[in-house]
Amino acid sequence: MRIACPHCGLRGVDEFAYFGDASVTRPAADAAETAFADYVYLRDNPAGAHRELWSHALGCQSWLVVTRDTRSHAIETVEAARDVALARTSEAQS
Amino acid sequence: MSQSHRLPQGGLIDRAKPVSFAFDGKRLDGYAGDTLASALVANGVKLVARSFKYHRPRGILTAGFEEPNALVELRSGARREPNVRATTAELFEGLEARSQNRWPSLAFDLMAVNQLASPAFVAGFYYKTFMWPAALWEKLYEPLIRRAAGLGRAADAADPDSYEKATAYCDVLVIGAGPAGLAAALAAGRSGARVILADDDFLMGGRLNAQRFEIDGNSSSSFASSIVAELRSLPEVTLLPRTTITGVHDGGVYGALERVSDHLATPAPHQPRQRFWRIVAKRAVLATGAIERPIPFGNNDLPGVMLAGAVSAYLNRFGAAPGKRAVVYANNDDAAKTVGDLVAAGCEVAAVIDARGDAPALHEAARACGATLVFGRTVARAYGFQEVSGVEVSGPKGDSFNVPCDLVAVSGGWSPAIQLTNHLNGRPKWDERLAAFLPGVTPPGMIVVGSANGEYGLRDAFVTGARAGAEAADSCGFSGPGFQTPRLLPEPEEAYGDGPWRPTIKRGKAFVDFQNDVTVADVELSAREGFRSVEHLKRYTTLGMATDQGKTSNVIGLALMAEITGKSIPDTGVTMNRPPYTPVAIGALGGAHRHKEFKPTRLPPSHFWAEEQGAVFVETGQWMRAAYFPRTGETDWLQIATREINTVRSKVGVYDASTLGKIDIQGPDAATLLDKVYVNAFASLGVGKARYGLMLREDGMAMDDGTTTRLGENHYYMTTTTANAAGVMRHLEFCKQWLWPELDVHMTSVTDQWAQYAIAGPRSRDVVAALVDDGFDVSNEALPYMGATELTVCGGVKARLFRLSFSGELAYELAVPARYGDAMIRAIVKAGEPFGICPYGAEALAIMRIEKGHAAGPELNGMTTGADLGMGRMMSKKKDFIGRAMAGREGLADSARPVLVGFRPVDRSARLRSGAHFLPKGAGNEAANDEGYMTSTAYSPSNGHWIGLGFLSRGSERMGEIVRAYDPVRAGDIEVEVVSPVFVDPEGARLRA
Amino acid sequence: MSTDRYSIFSVLRESLRGHSGWKPAWRDAEPKAAYDVVIVGGGGHGLATAHYLASRYGIRNVAVVEKGWIGGGNVGRNTTIVRSNYLLPGNIPFYEHSMKLWEGLEQDLNYNAMVSQRGVVNLFHSDGQRDAYARRGNAMRLHGVDAELLDVAELKRILPMLDFDNARFPIKGALRQKRGGTVRHDAVAWGYARAADGRGVDIIQNCEVTGFRIEDGRIRGVETTRGFIGAGKVGLACAGNSSRVAQMAGLRLPIESHVLQAFVSEGIKPFIDTVCTFGAGHFYISQSDKGGLVFGGDLDGYNSYAQRGSLPTVEDVCEGGMALMPSIGRVKMLRSWGGIMDMSMDGSPIIDTTPVDGLYLNAGWCYGGFKATPASGDCFAHLIARDAPHLVATAYRLDRFARGRTIDEKGVGAQPNLH
Repeated sequence: MRIACPHCGLRGVDEFAYFGDASVTRPAADAAETAFADYVYLRDNPAGAHRELWSHALGCQSWLVVTRDTRSHAIETVEAARDVALARTSEAQS
Repeated sequence: MSQSHRLPQGGLIDRAKPVSFAFDGKRLDGYAGDTLASALVANGVKLVARSFKYHRPRGILTAGFEEPNALVELRSGARREPNVRATTAELFEGLEARSQNRWPSLAFDLMAVNQLASPAFVAGFYYKTFMWPAALWEKLYEPLIRRAAGLGRAADAADPDSYEKATAYCDVLVIGAGPAGLAAALAAGRSGARVILADDDFLMGGRLNAQRFEIDGNSSSSFASSIVAELRSLPEVTLLPRTTITGVHDGGVYGALERVSDHLATPAPHQPRQRFWRIVAKRAVLATGAIERPIPFGNNDLPGVMLAGAVSAYLNRFGAAPGKRAVVYANNDDAAKTVGDLVAAGCEVAAVIDARGDAPALHEAARACGATLVFGRTVARAYGFQEVSGVEVSGPKGDSFNVPCDLVAVSGGWSPAIQLTNHLNGRPKWDERLAAFLPGVTPPGMIVVGSANGEYGLRDAFVTGARAGAEAADSCGFSGPGFQTPRLLPEPEEAYGDGPWRPTIKRGKAFVDFQNDVTVADVELSAREGFRSVEHLKRYTTLGMATDQGKTSNVIGLALMAEITGKSIPDTGVTMNRPPYTPVAIGALGGAHRHKEFKPTRLPPSHFWAEEQGAVFVETGQWMRAAYFPRTGETDWLQIATREINTVRSKVGVYDASTLGKIDIQGPDAATLLDKVYVNAFASLGVGKARYGLMLREDGMAMDDGTTTRLGENHYYMTTTTANAAGVMRHLEFCKQWLWPELDVHMTSVTDQWAQYAIAGPRSRDVVAALVDDGFDVSNEALPYMGATELTVCGGVKARLFRLSFSGELAYELAVPARYGDAMIRAIVKAGEPFGICPYGAEALAIMRIEKGHAAGPELNGMTTGADLGMGRMMSKKKDFIGRAMAGREGLADSARPVLVGFRPVDRSARLRSGAHFLPKGAGNEAANDEGYMTSTAYSPSNGHWIGLGFLSRGSERMGEIVRAYDPVRAGDIEVEVVSPVFVDPEGARLRA
Repeated sequence: MSTDRYSIFSVLRESLRGHSGWKPAWRDAEPKAAYDVVIVGGGGHGLATAHYLASRYGIRNVAVVEKGWIGGGNVGRNTTIVRSNYLLPGNIPFYEHSMKLWEGLEQDLNYNAMVSQRGVVNLFHSDGQRDAYARRGNAMRLHGVDAELLDVAELKRILPMLDFDNARFPIKGALRQKRGGTVRHDAVAWGYARAADGRGVDIIQNCEVTGFRIEDGRIRGVETTRGFIGAGKVGLACAGNSSRVAQMAGLRLPIESHVLQAFVSEGIKPFIDTVCTFGAGHFYISQSDKGGLVFGGDLDGYNSYAQRGSLPTVEDVCEGGMALMPSIGRVKMLRSWGGIMDMSMDGSPIIDTTPVDGLYLNAGWCYGGFKATPASGDCFAHLIARDAPHLVATAYRLDRFARGRTIDEKGVGAQPNLH
């Protein structure tokens, strides 16, 4: 598998470290304990398109949101995680 | 007689270069350009192996990597390689090969008694037997089975040859250098695209070398060599002969094994034995050809029964005759070529047997050479002792007759070599007309051409190959003149038969999978017992599971099952393949990563100095750290560490702390970020101050700890544990980029940029004072405990000085840019000499930290909370931080959890051991009484006895209680007293001195 | 006449008549309208559950529905290791129960699954690792499980091919469980299938579950590609696909699916006599009765339902192999495969009831499912039959995550790819 880092270009998967599902969001500080438990532990785990977090750990240290099909490993998009996160916060604020 | 079966002329061997070799100790001769198999054929050697289960005599079936029978051990001692296919091993001077799996000799194999019991040894018999008495399975039955199983032997010692890995990038990867592959490579190569052409053979050309065609008025082999010559002249084309594409992986990555030196007795100096490639290709052209199938009949495994295409290859390419009087048995027109080749080589063709009805192509071939012609009949069996001496042909009415011969050339049709198209789970499709599987869904970017795509004609190979090569190059932005099909003689349309999948009358064992000794009867039994899907068939009978991966047998087995169960072949299943295409040496996949080079070695800045001091080193992850520094007369590590500790506690010592992770954090939101990742507060930390911090994972468990210093309003310097340096860095980036992207803060790992030395002991201030440049004050008032400052040392070297202590003594950590690290340690020791300084190692440090009750790796084991570590009160209630919410869960807040306390033996002379479990006094040795475990122990020079840290249920409430430290794996069971985890200077007076 | 019971005598008798009397090992059953219990998943765990439901808990009106062919999932794609050398109290009794069932399996099933107690040796390379293994060995001993620490001299005797002299991470000793070993994996599925079939269980192949019929919070049956099948109770035993199947019942699980690769070499004469794991790299190895070296390493590390891994992981495993035993350099890797693991968030399994009445969950086996097969079957059967967890599986509850009662052997937290 090869991942197109937006900063470094196409690189082999062994340069990247996987974290997991990017579709779960850390609850607000005052959220209930159960909300945190769901965030930490529960996953959709889809067979198909999966938005997931990777770190270009042996590269530029960027965190990435990769949309990948878990059945074929085909990668649809790669975005800088910070851009996605900023868009998420500005969406939440608007 | 030497080379009794070598033809007087012809072939692509170099008759000017004789090569001598040994098979089972017997010296034989061949020529450069031979394979071991072709040289054996040329010497008239037919018996080369014994089969896996029944130890039946076996010969050479094929001329390629699909060979199921002719496996040998090659070379000896540490270079001994088991299960080498004689058909692909290139002959070299002095080659030594031995037959396998026989005792005492190949011709006289006592293990062949297995054949007598063979009526019982059917597929799966072992699942039904050896159950009684149960105790005998491991003692008797299994050892016997294991000894009998297996083929060759692994080497005696570490592989003395080296292996390397390489990565290549190209536009077009062409797999296979037969006519289709050569055409594709040339069409793509002429466009200027970067092309890699890989072929497993040492001679490129495929069937252009193995068969005889007229191309542009010349021989096909000379045409092949002219194409190869042009390819070699193109600067963007890389030829990789002796290279097998072993796997197709996601993202256009192809694994490839290049046999760099296997054709030599030993690798040339500085050359690897093999090289494993990762080839990243935008497009690929698969031109792997097709693999011929045998036809099951009784004793179809006798030496002298050979695939027709292989017969042609030995005759045409190697000038060697596998027999002198042949019977050709086929179900397709293609075998006519072999008839022609036999005749051209001067061999007698005794009979041509076509399992189909009247088919004109074979008819004509037979008539041309005057062979007996037989249509619509099948071979019931071959006969002969250890090699074929004739065949029995049976007719539809049960009548039969014998034909004496010493060679049976068999062709049961062809299976396109589509294995690589399956590697990304693409399922093949069954083609009725060709009786073969063709590529179905192919991997992204791959085009399949020529015989691999069921287009068997030579013209088809050139045309489809050329088109694919041009198309692939074009899609990468290159165009060129392409490749024009050369002038060929007209090719007849060939017809391919379907079956026979089993003999009409049963005479002797009819093999489907030669190597695993799977017979037609085994497949029938499998069906009878309900193992009917292809997956069950394969697993129950082991069909297709041998080293050849069923390349010649899978389709037959499947077709047979379909016939038995009355289903179609697609309904019965498909055979899927996974990497590797052919077996790959584990050494090649391991590359250079073995012995000391298994993983990189990281050396702290003082390493070479420490080496000069005679330090003994210890692996700490990838780091090598000095464990202790022996002095003359010292022998025992504990004696040395004790001396080092005594020096630190009474005078001064120096330790290289550079392996700790170091992260520079800057930006207006640096404090905010730290407050989110640490349980305790850092925004409130004053400039020039350091603070110990604890980080949790989001699930509330302790993740890492260390000190972080505020160097400026917006500038912090974090240290992490050695083990977690990279993980903490990644975590901080995660927080910054993903959780709180609005934060304006930047992190840089500076672990390798700073050399950092701990100078510890009552005289440490004197040493530090001697090092810092004039004008800097290191007094207790100017730089109190947990203070930090930036200054210069040794005449202008930029440095950072921290008043930190892990040992519990008055201590400093002095950091200088790493390039000064070596000079700095020398300067420190020199400056410390008047004060009695000694270097101390990781052992002394580990003991001193236990004496001070500091948690380290054994306590921060990922299963402990802040409260477990005695840091519950550090956890801020005023702010959110990672892990806060989950740390409050019932299971983590449970007051019965084991917490960190200290231990000392009731009998002060007793030794403590980490890993012991705590049991209440008087309680039984059972899990219900388990109250915790010891994590760290040391002999404490300061206390004069062993001390320990550990987690004990409600431990902090049990000071003074006696419990048992139970350690049955080391026969330990001693009483220990629960005490405070701080064994030295509990008030901390010394470190504040 | 056909032959039912397997023994050396029946094999000899059949060999005199061309093996014509053997019956199918199990019937290829057609689905009935309804069953007391339907087990979803014809892998090792599902078949074992059916066997124990029928043999131990008296429930014989049972169907096992399998989307493909039985035994085609992870029970047929693993490295065949069995052991009970666990660290934590939630796990040890369960895996030891499994070990004991393995020890009597062949007599129970009348099927030789080649349970071979050749020992499992975990190497350590530092004092810290030694102490961690001592802690584990002591925990095992407290639970009545065999465990011993071996020194280098002993290791040299039993594993002479290890690199003792020139290793990057020197070998300092090992923890061994002598009763651990290997079992012929396919035979486990077939043996349970045959035994369950013999007690009347219907094994229904090529029957994929497409949905659940749930009325008033209670399960009524399963929708399948072969029609609706009514059921009083339904048990899910489809590790690898647990999330997908549970999702049809509206459940979201603490599970990610990951791929784990494994490898086998060409057959060679006896080379290594025990199971051995490398403590300084991702590599473990044993040798099959057929002679192949069976070895593997770590997960590829990302969510996947494709039964294949990536090349860097293959290389990583072989690097570990060469670092540990450099004399295997010229032995060739023959086959690789990838299995889909139900990686739970703490690395330990789940055997529990669900919010749907009558729907039971057996999931989250990570890469430890094979060794668990008998105990998983027994405990799941117990739960289904009695609506109470088996004594050795009380910790495997779904709510342990929210309650902070996770069973995290590796101490890596909610990071499935690190377990």
